[in-house]
Amino acid sequence: MNSRKKPIRQPLPKIATGIEGFDALSHGGLPRNRISLLKGGPGSGKTVFALQSLVNAVRRREPGIFVAFEESTKQIIANAGSFDWGLPAIARNKLFFMDAHLSPEVVQSGEFDLSGMLAMLKAKKEEIGARWIVFDGIDVLLTLLQNPMSEMREIYRIRDWLAANDVNAAIITAKIDGDGSAMLNYGFLQFMVDCVVRFERRLEYGVALHRIQITKYRGSDFAAGEYPVSFGPAGMEVDAPEPAEIKQIASGERVSAGFERLDTMLGGGLFRGSSTLITGVPGTSKTTLAGKFVEAACRRGERTLFVSFDESADRIARNLTSVGIHLKTHLKNGLLRMYSGRTETVGAEDHLVKLKALIREHRPRCMVIDPLSAITKTGGIVAARAVANRFIFLAKDEKITVMVTAINEGDEPETEATDLQISTIADTWIHLSYLIRSGERNRALTIIKSRGTWHSNQVRELVLSDAGPMLADVYTAGGEVLMGTLRWEKENEEKAKTGQRRAEFDQKRGALELAEADTRARIKALEQDLERQRAELELYSSDNQAHIVSSSDRDKELRRIRSADPATRPSRASGRSGAKVRATSGSGKSAAKSRAEGRRAP
Amino acid sequence: MRRRKKDRAAAVPAVTTVVVICLYIADSAPNSVRAIANLEAICNEHLKGNFRLEIIDVLESPQRALADGIVVTPSLAKLSPLPAARVVGNLSDRASVLRALGIRKPVGESVQ
Repeated sequence: MNSRKKPIRQPLPKIATGIEGFDALSHGGLPRNRISLLKGGPGSGKTVFALQSLVNAVRRREPGIFVAFEESTKQIIANAGSFDWGLPAIARNKLFFMDAHLSPEVVQSGEFDLSGMLAMLKAKKEEIGARWIVFDGIDVLLTLLQNPMSEMREIYRIRDWLAANDVNAAIITAKIDGDGSAMLNYGFLQFMVDCVVRFERRLEYGVALHRIQITKYRGSDFAAGEYPVSFGPAGMEVDAPEPAEIKQIASGERVSAGFERLDTMLGGGLFRGSSTLITGVPGTSKTTLAGKFVEAACRRGERTLFVSFDESADRIARNLTSVGIHLKTHLKNGLLRMYSGRTETVGAEDHLVKLKALIREHRPRCMVIDPLSAITKTGGIVAARAVANRFIFLAKDEKITVMVTAINEGDEPETEATDLQISTIADTWIHLSYLIRSGERNRALTIIKSRGTWHSNQVRELVLSDAGPMLADVYTAGGEVLMGTLRWEKENEEKAKTGQRRAEFDQKRGALELAEADTRARIKALEQDLERQRAELELYSSDNQAHIVSSSDRDKELRRIRSADPATRPSRASGRSGAKVRATSGSGKSAAKSRAEGRRAP
Repeated sequence: MRRRKKDRAAAVPAVTTVVVICLYIADSAPNSVRAIANLEAICNEHLKGNFRLEIIDVLESPQRALADGIVVTPSLAKLSPLPAARVVGNLSDRASVLRALGIRKPVGESVQ
């Protein structure tokens, strides 16, 4: 298939390099069946890019050939040893390295050409079924050709060969530095290829920064800017810009910011997947707040990542223990991963690569970077800003609830926290400061903003104790929130007042209880009377009538036996007993009863 | 390549100084054609039959060329006597070819 002669199709077929950032920049990768040129100075990453693309292709079962004009195969494999590609194993069958490096001992006598080499490559391509080919360091070869006409002829020879030998992608790398005069000779090279990618390595504030830029892509649009490149264990990483449209899903779920009172101030906690910025001058306990957030996350059983800079993880864990934050157990069971980076040696972009690797490895749901502002130390503020921004977006994409701290040198958060310029993209911004009043320095916490939620507008005092950070009760006086001793005094005053009120209350309560007990006692006595009277009344119930009647029968019998007096005495006896009842009870009811008895008696 | 080089060095007594050379060409590519002509002229003039020349067409036997570590064509490899040497190009610069072949001393002729 001779795709070169076909009219340009829309969209242009592309083939992924597997370097995600680059595939994003180029909207799909390199042009399929065409030649791409990678140009750049020494050590700018051309070879790594080419080799990594090839390794990725091999992993997709697309074998490849790497023609090395500049370095020996051994050197290249050794250099790639720092990446986790497993190159020696791949190189055994699916990746062929052609050592096209002419050693210095080789004598040159007259002109030569590449027809023989291309014949060898064709044979090798057919042998291993290669779909990718890389010509690395073609400038070395072209230099040996010694004249521009030959250079052009050989380049065209390669192009024709590639057109005749169907490959998925061909990459040519050339050491062409910037806008130097040498570039003029390679003008035709750039014209001939369909895609040109420029690599650059430059120093900024003593830190090497790598950049990538697509300068030409025939028949395709692409992100034309210059983008950061960094190197991690997986190889080259291109920090492509985030897609123009942000498609993050906003979660309504709340997670604790660390402790209850802070959550209350935040209207119920932080949103899942949101970013929180804590600013403050040194010593305002930013780390403590972050540590509390981490501990709360671990207690919920969520995987958490704690990234710190310039202070060992162990020290941080120990220091946090003093304020009642215990991370050791979570560290031991693997829920928490702590990483401490050194800022002096590497630039912000390398930190980002490391963070990405950590996130991939640990898959945290919550994360802390303390302090994020540390990345500005080496390599300049511009790169650091970009990295800070990218990090926040990365965390959002990964739905990680993130808390970052940033040191500011002044006391005015509005002016200072914009150093990294992340205060605008952070969802929640908590500012910690010292308030100096009445000869004291007290920590104050303010929520400057919290997107999408109600939050307290009050300046609160942050108190540290061995039970952890705490927000003190609010006491205001003259429109100010009282802190430190003033608060303590107010607290004590309030306590005294409360004590007095309590005493008064208790006294009143006691009196009422007493009165109630008295009434109860009286009711009890009356109830007892009632019981007794009922019992007595029982004696005079209808059942006992029989007894009374039977006793009157007995009287009659006695009288009959005696044959004596008429029956008048019983009525007199009953009158006597009625008088007796009245005398003992003395109550109205009893009187009424006895009256009733009197009536019944005859 | 190395193995063959040793074999031939052993097979050929050092005193006779038979030069064993190998020319890799790409069919009838202009540089290759020129290289053959240039090499034949050099050999006839300076080696006077004390040489063994093998011409390998890379288009016909690419695997052989790959195994021999050939990069570009035309390429000339001197295998014996030691030290081995390599020349690339159409061999139009005769002086450098003679130097690479180590011809000046053993043959005892001056280079023109």
